[in-house]
Amino acid sequence: MAFLQVENIQKRFGNTQVLKDISFTMEKGEVLSMIGSSGSGKTTLLRCLNFLEKPDAGRILLGDQLLFDGAVAQTRKAAEIRKKRLHFGLVFQNFNLFPQYTALKNVMLAKELLAREQPDYKENKKQIHQRIEEEARHLLSQMGLSEKMNHYPHQLSGGQCQRVAIARALNLQPDILCFDEPTSALDPELTGEVLKVIRELADKNTTMIIVTHEMAFARDVASKVIFMDDGVICEMGTPEEVFVHPTQERTKQFLGNYAGSL
Amino acid sequence: MPLFEQIAEQMPIVFRSLNEGFLQTLKLFFVTLLGALPLGLLISFGSMSRFKPLKWLTRMFVGIIRGTPLMIQLLIFFYFPGLVLKQNIWGSGEAGRFAAASIAFIINYACYFSEIYRGGIQGIPVGQEEAGLVLGMKPGQIFFKVKLMQMVKRIVPPISNEIITLVKDTSLARIISLQEVIWAGQAFMKGSQGISGAIWPLFFTGVYYLVWNGVLSWGLGKLEKKLDYFR
Repeated sequence: MAFLQVENIQKRFGNTQVLKDISFTMEKGEVLSMIGSSGSGKTTLLRCLNFLEKPDAGRILLGDQLLFDGAVAQTRKAAEIRKKRLHFGLVFQNFNLFPQYTALKNVMLAKELLAREQPDYKENKKQIHQRIEEEARHLLSQMGLSEKMNHYPHQLSGGQCQRVAIARALNLQPDILCFDEPTSALDPELTGEVLKVIRELADKNTTMIIVTHEMAFARDVASKVIFMDDGVICEMGTPEEVFVHPTQERTKQFLGNYAGSL
Repeated sequence: MPLFEQIAEQMPIVFRSLNEGFLQTLKLFFVTLLGALPLGLLISFGSMSRFKPLKWLTRMFVGIIRGTPLMIQLLIFFYFPGLVLKQNIWGSGEAGRFAAASIAFIINYACYFSEIYRGGIQGIPVGQEEAGLVLGMKPGQIFFKVKLMQMVKRIVPPISNEIITLVKDTSLARIISLQEVIWAGQAFMKGSQGISGAIWPLFFTGVYYLVWNGVLSWGLGKLEKKLDYFR
């Protein structure tokens, strides 16, 4: 059985059917690139996996755990969803760092809040916070931000902000880390430094789903590629299959736009 | 007796009176802030509620309070219980007048504050809430740990404006004979403690407002600066 199983996801906004029966699977350690034109439903699909949107129908399974089933009311409740969404991490296009906290605190905050729910929190408060801080510092240095830990987001470049955001998402150790166009708000130079970090994560077998318009990167980093068009998965396969030998006319047409960069 | 000598002689009496009046002004000012700042937050939650009836009721109430003069509200709050309900809930004397004025001011200012809060909260990008959600935060944590400081930063300038206005609005309580600083100054025009027909004490009441607003502007400016550490 696959690590992540997404079955028959549907989502509509008003009269627009944004996702029409989406199904795919992925394995642990795999990197999945999702490509497609704007409005094809990639971002909505990613947001459904993170429960920022509630699918109208379909099922999401992780390992042997049912995370979401459109037909089971229990899995649609807010409190249930809160716990289950921690299986996924999400890195946003606009970083969405908390402006009033330093880079370090941005990374630590969610974990500190979660720690309060541990049964031994009261007795070991000090050690717990210490450990959280150590881990956060470690993550930030891995991102090449040792010098920037006490900077506020407005003092950082876009690329640095996005790396803080990646550290923030990683700190909760999600099973699957999702990226929603992580470099779309960055200039080419800053894009490079963020892609480098993502590639390093891929080398460490981090399970990731990456929505991106960086075609060369999508091809190189992924073990599996999904091309979405108009709310359906138009083509799915290895990078070789999708980028080099696409079978669908629409895929060829789309990739034609990137002929120079591939 | 030359005018200036006369004024010099009257000064101690006048300033004792004005000080007393200004104390009442300050009391009303602080009680209003203490009540209206938190009540306003509660009202703003009501006006943003997903429960439609509560939302519309709250917005209607805010609309009525903001759409009518504070002076009418003062009169109604003060006289309605006694005249219509035949029950003087405010008690007698200055304490009763102060209680009625406080309630009217708190409700009036809470409504203005609530709109400022609402703007402050709704102006925060959706991404902040979404980031909190995907990091597994609870709604309460997202409000207090993520949104509150950003809201505070946004509302300090407009709230400062309201606070300065409040200082001057306290003088409206004079309509129910609350003995605040202008009431005290005006008394010397009509005649009080052997002084009558004197308009200069009234000028000095203005100085009290000026000085106090100066202090407040300075303090609020400092607060605004302090919140400059993030953007």
